[in-house]
Amino acid sequence: MPLLEVKNLIKTYAAPGGQRPDASAVHRVVEVAAFTLEAGEQRALRGESGSGKTTFLHLLAGILAPDSGSILLAGKEITKLSEAGRDRQRAESMGYIFQTFNLLQGHTALENVELGMAFGHGVDRAQAVALLQRVGLGDKLGHYPRQLSTGQQQRVAVARALANRPKLVLADEPTGNLDRRNAREALQLIREVCRESGAALLLVSHDERVLAQFEQMQDFMMINRALATPPTVFPR
Amino acid sequence: MIFNLIYRSLRQHLLATLVTAGSIALASGLLLTVWVVKTQSQAVFAATNSGFDAVLGARGSKLQLVLNAIFHLEASPGNLTAADFEMIRHQREVKTAIPLALGDNYQGWRIAGTTEALFTDVEYMPGHRYQVGRGERFFQIGKLEAVVGSYAAKKLGWRVGTTFHPSHGLIFNPQAEHHEETYTVVGVLAPTNTPVDRVIWIPLEGVQTMKGHNPLAATELSAVLLQLRAPEAGMMLNLRLNSSGGRLTFAYPIGTIVAELFNKIAWFDQVLTLVAWLVAVVASGSVLVSIYNSMSARARDIAILRALGARRRTVFGAVVGEAAVIGLLGATAGFAVFAGLAGSVAALIQAQTGVVLEPLQWNPVFCWGPAVFVGLCILGGCVPAFKAYRVSVAETIAPVS
Ligand SMILES: Nc1ncnc2c1ncn2[C@@H]1O[C@H](COP(=O)(O)OP(=O)(O)O)[C@@H](O)[C@H]1O
Ligand SMILES: [Mg+2]
Repeated sequence: MPLLEVKNLIKTYAAPGGQRPDASAVHRVVEVAAFTLEAGEQRALRGESGSGKTTFLHLLAGILAPDSGSILLAGKEITKLSEAGRDRQRAESMGYIFQTFNLLQGHTALENVELGMAFGHGVDRAQAVALLQRVGLGDKLGHYPRQLSTGQQQRVAVARALANRPKLVLADEPTGNLDRRNAREALQLIREVCRESGAALLLVSHDERVLAQFEQMQDFMMINRALATPPTVFPR
Repeated sequence: MIFNLIYRSLRQHLLATLVTAGSIALASGLLLTVWVVKTQSQAVFAATNSGFDAVLGARGSKLQLVLNAIFHLEASPGNLTAADFEMIRHQREVKTAIPLALGDNYQGWRIAGTTEALFTDVEYMPGHRYQVGRGERFFQIGKLEAVVGSYAAKKLGWRVGTTFHPSHGLIFNPQAEHHEETYTVVGVLAPTNTPVDRVIWIPLEGVQTMKGHNPLAATELSAVLLQLRAPEAGMMLNLRLNSSGGRLTFAYPIGTIVAELFNKIAWFDQVLTLVAWLVAVVASGSVLVSIYNSMSARARDIAILRALGARRRTVFGAVVGEAAVIGLLGATAGFAVFAGLAGSVAALIQAQTGVVLEPLQWNPVFCWGPAVFVGLCILGGCVPAFKAYRVSVAETIAPVS
């Protein structure tokens, strides 16, 4: 059984009312007929900006609900869960790494990592410290994000994504805000810690240098059929 | 964890936290003060009778009579004759009758003429007798001696041996003639926490025989303070004395007459209480506004928490909790405001009436007051919390480029 199995996933947005006189027009952003990811696997998806990568990851994370379709995570149907159920699922078994790090500015590095555990199985300080040591920030536990370089901030975010011992880590252009050297190091780190903890990694990017690092790379264009068809107007 | 979130957020917005908690503290202190002073003064004033059941005075208002003879406020409604005193003294319902002659002052402090029996025969509160300091004594009839209430003595700086000249009238008037006689203080009363503390006591004959008084007044009294043999006996006397349509007023029972005063000024209480409640609502509103204003800046943090798996109701609870903590901090600090404010009000009331309130004595408002404030803050916090509840994670966390 694959860790992740997506079938006939469709997500549409109402087209901005100002642009079209027909307010009921919808804009199909994601249309994925089939997508699977094995446990512990690491895969990169290549997609241009605006191709729906972020929306796809949000759907997988349960941050967004699809219009239709199915997402099985370890055999469990996520789309049938309530919003609170999806929040719980995310808290317990997923990690998310953002392009903009999204650390909480009012919390220290250690507290940010602990927040990655807080809503799932609970805070384990020793584990949080160990994770920060693993990403090379053992001496920066009490630092606030503003006291860290961008490379260090992303490393805190990586530690936070792995804090709840996730089965699946989703990374959305995780190196987009880093310089070349930091990007390479961050990417290496993400892949290493995912491998060490046995988490599967699904990374989306439009950066060829990042994508080239992965043995498993897919074009999101090939998966997302919404991109093939130009925005259509569906009467509701 | 949610507590850490609340704590961090409060620290991050420290100034706003302090300002809003401060406004809650002021509001809470005000409400506690108004409530405690209101309830305590009613209870304490209605219980203040200096050990007497009734007052006999000239025809007039019972309330004025009680205020004049028991509280030593207001002017005397008129005079009684020595014959009236003899009459009431011999009623079989009357246990003790103490004559009172008012009409002089020393720099605005009331001078009351009475007999030594006031100090020796009367318990001003059940189980409490008047006392003077070691080596001091009560005045002797016929001598130019005085016993001073503790509060007046303290304010005037008087001790045993101090001498003074009384002035005419109940109110201090620098132009008024003062008596030639020189009185000497022979005793300072121990504090009684009653209006007696504000009075300078001299022998009754003193007032009556001082030069400058109308010779006719030599036999006149301002009031007679009465202890009855049985409290119920007052009803009989009341009927006999008040229904006779004569020159006399029999004020009985004292507590009920004072309570009527409080009923008359109830509107004032109500206005004060209303103001205190309005201030409470405004202060809680400030909590709402302060948190609400920071909400746009915090939407991102909330979206991040949601992305980490926090539920809508968790972020809702964190914001409400923040408001509750501000309310709790404010209500706690409110006790300090209350202690200061109520202390000043109590001092003012003691200075004006001699009646001592003890605002720090247990009052149920100490429980429900802070609870109400925390409740109001929680209510106010629900508004920004609802905004937090509705934050769209996808749109906030990864804005469409
Ligand atoms: N909340 C939204 N409302 C309407 N359209 C949206 C919304 N979010 C994303 N879109 C549209 O969906 C498309 C895909 O966006 P996104 O998933 O962010 O792409 P990517 O991450 O590949 O750049 C874009 O055309 C974007 O304008
Ligand atoms: Mg994107």
